[in-house]
Order: sequence, then structure tokens, then C-alpha cells
Amino acid sequence: MTSSEVEKADLVTLTIDGIQVSVPAGTLVIRAAEQVGVQIPRFCDHPMLDPVGACRQCLVDVPDAGNGRAMPKPQASCTIPVAEGMVVNTQATSEVADKAQHGIMEFLLINHPLDCPVCDKGGECPLQNQAMSNGYGESRFSASGGIKRTFPKPINISAQVLLDRERCILCARCTRFSEQIAGDPFIAMIERGALQQVGIYEKEPFESYFSGNTIQICPVGALTSADYRFRSRPFDLVSTPSIAEHDACGAAIRVDHRRGQVMRRLSGNDPEVNEEWITDKDRFAFGYLRTDDRLGYPRVREQGELRPASWPEAFAIAARGLAACGDASSVGTGSGVGVLPGGRLTAEDAFAYSTFARVALGTHDVDFRSRPHSAEEADFLAAEVVLRGAGHGGATYADLEAAGSVILVGLEPEDEAGTIFLRLRKANRQHRTRVWSVAPFTTNGLRKMGGTLIPATPGAEADVVSGLVHRDDIELGSTSVILVGERMATVPGALTAVARLARTTGAKLGWVPRRAGDRGAVETGCLPNLLPGGRPVGDASARVDAAAAWGIETLPEGPGRDADAIVAAVVSGELGGLVVGGVDPDDTSDPAAFRAALEAARFVVALEQRETEVTRLADVVFPVAPVTDKPGTFVSWDGRPREFPAIFVNPNALPDARVLAGVAEELSALGRGRPLGFRTSAEAHDRMVEMGPWDGDRATLPDTPVAPPTVGPSDGEVVLATWKPMLDNGSMQDGEKYLRATGRTPVCRVSSAVARTLGAMVTLEGDRGSVTLPVEVADDLADDVCWVPANSTGSGVLADLASPGSGVRLKGADQ
Amino acid sequence: MSSPQEGKTLKEQLWDPIAGFGVTFRTMFRKVVTEQYPFEKEPTAPRFHGRHQLNRWPDGLEKCIGCELCAWACPADAIYVEGASNTDGPDGERFSPGERYGRVYQINYLRCILCGLCIEACPTRALTMTNEYELADDNRADLIYEKSDLLAPLLPGMEQPPHAMRLGDDEKDYYRGTFRSPASSDAEASEEATT
Repeated sequence: MTSSEVEKADLVTLTIDGIQVSVPAGTLVIRAAEQVGVQIPRFCDHPMLDPVGACRQCLVDVPDAGNGRAMPKPQASCTIPVAEGMVVNTQATSEVADKAQHGIMEFLLINHPLDCPVCDKGGECPLQNQAMSNGYGESRFSASGGIKRTFPKPINISAQVLLDRERCILCARCTRFSEQIAGDPFIAMIERGALQQVGIYEKEPFESYFSGNTIQICPVGALTSADYRFRSRPFDLVSTPSIAEHDACGAAIRVDHRRGQVMRRLSGNDPEVNEEWITDKDRFAFGYLRTDDRLGYPRVREQGELRPASWPEAFAIAARGLAACGDASSVGTGSGVGVLPGGRLTAEDAFAYSTFARVALGTHDVDFRSRPHSAEEADFLAAEVVLRGAGHGGATYADLEAAGSVILVGLEPEDEAGTIFLRLRKANRQHRTRVWSVAPFTTNGLRKMGGTLIPATPGAEADVVSGLVHRDDIELGSTSVILVGERMATVPGALTAVARLARTTGAKLGWVPRRAGDRGAVETGCLPNLLPGGRPVGDASARVDAAAAWGIETLPEGPGRDADAIVAAVVSGELGGLVVGGVDPDDTSDPAAFRAALEAARFVVALEQRETEVTRLADVVFPVAPVTDKPGTFVSWDGRPREFPAIFVNPNALPDARVLAGVAEELSALGRGRPLGFRTSAEAHDRMVEMGPWDGDRATLPDTPVAPPTVGPSDGEVVLATWKPMLDNGSMQDGEKYLRATGRTPVCRVSSAVARTLGAMVTLEGDRGSVTLPVEVADDLADDVCWVPANSTGSGVLADLASPGSGVRLKGADQ
Repeated sequence: MSSPQEGKTLKEQLWDPIAGFGVTFRTMFRKVVTEQYPFEKEPTAPRFHGRHQLNRWPDGLEKCIGCELCAWACPADAIYVEGASNTDGPDGERFSPGERYGRVYQINYLRCILCGLCIEACPTRALTMTNEYELADDNRADLIYEKSDLLAPLLPGMEQPPHAMRLGDDEKDYYRGTFRSPASSDAEASEEATT
């Protein structure tokens, strides 16, 4: 039986306003009416939330409920499923329904303050619109001298979300969203009658990473955002669809801007990716675009000081400096330049870096991974990740939703990939997907996904993953999905074990990085062992293919240095220069070494949006366009190209690709390399498409056993587990005080046995420093493991404490 | 060839040329309609649409709430408004009763067609039009009037905002007109200001 036949068998035919319509069984009347073009007014109804019938605005007349009998009174069409032979009359044809709707609207407006002129929802408010279309012009309540119920306004239910209880019409969309979609039921309806209101628990703030969605779905102005408060009106705003740049999920967003300034961001609607939800970080974190330290013009170093320069001058000086560092083929110390693009690039810009390294500098020393990484990870990316996507053997969001079981390895979706978290929670709630997580302890996020912990001490994940095939309680098959996080790179053997598990069980595999540009950088070859389109550097025919596409004779044979090796080579003087994109030294596996490399390098070219440690030390600094000022493509974790347009036309904002093209042209004028062959993002995109994916053999993951971890905890030490919570001290959350305030308090999680020995505060001492944090008990954490947030204190764990997986000493701080 | 005088009556020969000056002579003894502007300024019709004014409450708080309805109504896109939040408390700043005030208020008189739709749109009667018609300048920048140019002058009894609400406990007292008199000595002046 084909799928269309199944659908036909399930169709129910009913009559709405005299028009026959066939819809799938179980459809609600309110949505069946949409099929015949009748819009029934509604507030509480939302297609993604369970029906509740709270607002009663969608009343319709049902003269025949399908059993030949009429419903005695008007019925809420958002809670009635269709029935065969049902007859429904909406406000379009029925006086009864129309009068009922007008009456309900009058009720809803009795206590509504009608302060539309000062309300942020004014102009885009369903209550405003439907009061005009389905309400009386006059209120009998206030005409007869009724006094509206009032509340003090507005109150904060979190730092970011403001509640105006007077305006609330008790549709329960926000509370249902929090409970059903986000799983953070920190708000609920309290009190009764006219005093009924949305309330928070006294002791628990509305601490949710998805709270901004309640603002967007509120059909009145009851929930508003502290950040957007009184900033503009809907008619001031120009909306541009875009893609969120904060994680690798590729969430569709809508950017509302006024006079060259982003005013707010809303969730877009993409059923295949983020549905209608985005994380608070995607929604609120755009203040970094308007911080004071944005770079406005190129700078060059002259007599030790950075001075402003014109673009052509800066291109020329950068080219001269890089040329003076020699090229990779020349023998001797200090020859060659390493390229560290960082993981926040659009695919076009990443392609430009990849091309720049090969064509202009003639080296494979390019690595986008500005975080702890390993050679095993590069092999894994080349063998298992690149070019995999929907229809090419990769996992997708749809696979997550349909999966029987999902194994998370070193990935905390709530913190690191909010859209995946929401999908897995939906899958668990609606399709009973079992979620398993290989992690040190059961996080709240895992609980919300109905997940089960597979305990693993940091560093031992490889063995745990290898052992999964022998466990009877975990069913792994072709409907399973394994998602592996980027921090597994530092666990020797873990990625190999994950790949082997996927191969032996037939499960689909997904690699989920944290940054929006990571996957795009893999696809465009910003790796020492990969060329664009998944061409392995080790494959001679792939090298010839890439060289031909670029119009150069040859490419160097062996793979280049990865980021750690580039840093080490610069420190030791093997490499002379560095081209650094958006890399924060504190994110790299050894911040001290990275800083030493910046000092040691003979010539550093920095491409940045804002002034950073790197730009302060660089010899030439290029300001590059932020995502609002350039078109581009992010590739989401599931290999989905997510193109977005430029929002503002800013002639002085050049994307990385244009800057690198400029430097490459000057370099070629000096007789080094070739020009890139493109200048704009659009041209880079065309070249990228032209080059296309590699159709030859993929790189394979070496099956050689990986050496066991060398760094382990010594006596009296515990293993450091860490990852970044969604909201922390990240530089892309700068300038957003309200958002920062909703982040979770940094704590050190230890087992209850260890907590008893420590007291309220603990000082962690590692080989790079020490950190003092409040203690929190995690029930199923092993005694020899502690967890701290990676970038919520000081300069972050990597700079201030120790590298993840190594040993730290715990001391009670108040003893 | 005949002369032009031939065939004309006496009236045509003598009276008609003088009659042609009739209007001229008649006007010489009438009241002159020319206005000696700018030396003598004539009052306009009472409801003439002149320059805008942003009014104040009797205690000096601004009536404008920054709602942008005037900007929305404007067919010429001449009005630019940015709202902001009033705050109470020791380090709070209150410019208008209620939650919101107009932080930026600009009218571009290069664009304004003085149609008065903004006046109709204003929910608080903050924006009205004066009879002032001298809206010309020799540069474009000076014709964008800022909030400071548009605000009504402080009358006796008014106090320059920011300050707390002096006339009532909340904005509803202001809107309903149920406010107490601001300062007893200046009650008359404030009465005048509200009308």
C-alpha cells in the first residue's frame, strides 16, 4: 500500500460553512476550517502545543456532531477533532457562532487595560487584530461604570522576561510551552477567577534557555522582553530572514531591524530544522554587534604601535609581511605561515581561508579548530563527517524524531545544541524515542529528554562506547542515531569507537560541534588533512582535482599541521607567520602556548570583528563584516546548507573572503601564489559550488588502536569534566546584561560523598590555576569526577584551571 | 487707406480709454490687501495648521508617551520617535506619567505637509499644532526639529522633568483628569495650561 492510499483511508469528510472538506482523522475543527479558507479567531490554540480550550475565542456552532445530533451550545473548535459527517458553522455563516465570539471577546477585554499605545505588542497583537475583526466596538462593562482589575506592572519573571498581568488573557500558551516543549515548568497559573495569573515559584526563577519563545507566542502583550522594551514598533521594523550564528543547529531566525540597527530577533519557522522555536541565545545575543570595541578600519603596526591604515595599504603590508615569512617549501627556520580561521565562519569565508592557505601560501597548515582537538578527530571528520548529510548517510532532525533510540556521546544538547534538545524532547514525548547519554552524570537536560545515563568518567568514553554493543537493554539498529559532541576529540579512541559502533549496528551518525561555522569549515577543507568538498589531502587524485579547480600546478603532498602543531611550530620558530581569524586564546587547548605563539610569530595578520587579545598583538588587523553585513551560508551539524542574506548594506564591512582575496592579490604581485579567483561572498559561493563535492574514495578512519590516555589523575585528584553551558561568559553574549543574568550560577558538581567532605564552597586546583565555586551535588557522579562550567568563571577552565580530562585537587574553601 | 479714428463714436474715442483705468482708479481708494509681512505679522485663522507642539501636564511632565502612533499616521514619514522606559526610585528618571516616554522625538519639516493626521492619532493629546507658520531655513539640518524644539514652554507651576508624578498616584489619575492641583499658588496658571 502506498502512503497516499493510507492517507486516503484515514480521511474524514465534514462540512464547514456548507463546504465539504476531507482531512486526516484527528484533525481539529479549527484547522479543518483553515482548509476551506475560514480563519476562526483564536488565542490559546497553537499547532505545536496540546489543545487546551482556555480562551474560548474559537467558538463555533455544530448543528451535527457527526452522529445526527446537534451540539447544544457553541463549541470551542480548537479542542474538537473532526468526525465523519460533522457539520460545522463558523462565524462566517452562523449568527450563533458570531455572537458567541463577540461575547467572548467582550469578556476577554473586561479586565484588559487597553494600553495598546504603550504596549510592545501593539501593532502585531492578535488580541488587537481580533478585537477589531470579531469584537464589539463598545464595552458594556466600562460603559456601565465597571472598574477594571489592576496589578502593579510589569514584574520580572526572569531577568529577560517581563510579565504584565493586567494584559494576560489566560490562554496558557506560555505555561504549556514551558511544560511541553522546553520542559522547564517554572511558570504556572496561580490564583482563581479575575485574579488568576501566571506565576513563578517563589524560590525558583524562570530559568529556561528557551524562555524567549513564550514572549513570541504570547497572543497579547503580557510577556515582553526586557531587552526589546519600548525599542520600536512593528511598522518601524524591516524583517529579514536569517540563520542563527550561535550554534551548529542552523536555526531559522527573523531579524527585525530599524535604521541600520538590529532591534530584535525572532524565531523563524522551519519545520525541518527548528520548527518555531529558538534558544534564548539565538534570540537575544546580538549585542556584541554594537559593543564599543568593534573594529572600524584596518590597522597596521608601525614602530611598535598600531595605526589606522587604508584597505589597500593594509593589504600590501600584510602581503609583504607574510611573504617575508617565506613559504612552506623553502628550507630553513621560520619559513611558512599557519592559518587559524576559527569556527565561526560562513562556509564562503571558510572556503576563502582554505583557498588562501593552499593557493596563496602553498601550505596545508590550516585548522579551524580553535579548541582542544586531536589528529584522531581530523581523521574522523574526513572519514565519517564530511559530505554526510540528509540522503548521504548522515543523521538529520527528522531521523532524531523518528529514531527508536538516540545515543549521545559527549554531548549535552540543552547546553550545546538547543534545537537538538527540543527535537529529542519532542521525540521522547511523542514517539517514545529512548535517549541514552554517555556522560559523567545525569544532567537536568537529560532528565527532560526522558534519557538514561550511561556513566562514563571523562577519558573512559571510548571503552564505554565500545561496550555498548554488548548491552541488552540498549537497542541499536538502523533506526538509531548516535550523536557525538566535539569534546570527544580529546578522548583517545572515542571517535573511532563511535564510528565503529555506528558501522556495526547500522545506526546513523551525527557529529555535533558547538560553533555555527565548524561544519562548514570541515566541508570547505579548513583542515590539515582535507581539501574543499571532502577531498582527502592524502589522495593524489583528489589533490590533482583540487589543484586543477584552483588553477595551480601542485599542492603539497603530506597533510599539514593541525592547530596545536601550528602553535607549537610558531613557538619553536619553524613557522614564521600566522593568519588568525576569530580565535579566542582562552578557547584553545593551551591558552598559554597560543599567547606565546602570538608573541613569537614574526608576523601576525588578524581578521576580527572586535578588538581582542589577538588584534592587540597582531601586525596587521583587518575588521571583518559580522553576519549582519554579509551574505553567507552556515552548514548545520546535519550537513544542511543554511543560506542567509546580508541584512545591512555596509560598504566598509568586508567579509573575510574579500580581505583574504585582497591579501592574496598583493601576494601574487610579489610573486607568491595566485589570487584566490574570487572576491565577494557570492563569487566564493559560486566557486565553491563549481568545485563541488569529491566523488572519489573517502578517507578512511585508521583502524590502528589509539594510545590510551597518558594524562590521568594521580592520587588525591579527581578527573575534571567540563563543557560550556549555553549562557556563560562567551564573547558573543557581550552587551546583553539581561541575557547574561538568566544564565545559571556556576557551580562545581561533585558526588554526595565528596560534597560531604567539602562544605559549601570548593577550591579546585589544577596545573594552570585554581577556581573557587559553590558545591552542588550530582547524585550519580562518580567520586573521582567533578564537573565545572567551562567558561563561566574568569578566563575559563582551559586558561585558569586545567585541560578537561586531567586531574584537579578539591579543597573545601570555607574550612 | 483709412485712419483708425474713422468710423468710431465719440464714446469710443474719448471715454473708453479712460474707462480702461476704472479698476485702477477704483482700487486706489480701497483698503490695501497687501500684507506688510515680515514687518507686520497678521494672526492666522484660529485652527491654522502650524508648527507642532508637545504639551505638558500641569506639573511639567510630558504628555508624550513615545507610542509612535503619530509616526504611524504620518503620510509623509516626517516623524521619528524612540520610546524608552520611565523609572521610579532614587536613581530613576520620570519624564511622563506611566511606563513609557518619548526619548527621541523628531519632526522633519522638510517632509511634513502639516496635514494634522498625527494630531488625530495622538492618544494623550500630547501633540497639537500651534499657529506658527515660519518654518523656513537656509539649511536642511535645522528643519529637523528635536524634542527640545517642540516641547511646550514651562508655565508657572511646572517643573522641568525628570521628576515624580506630582498630580496623582498613577498615570490613570492624569488621563482621567482626577488630579490634585500641583502647587496652590500657581493653581490658576496650571488651570490655563490644561485647557
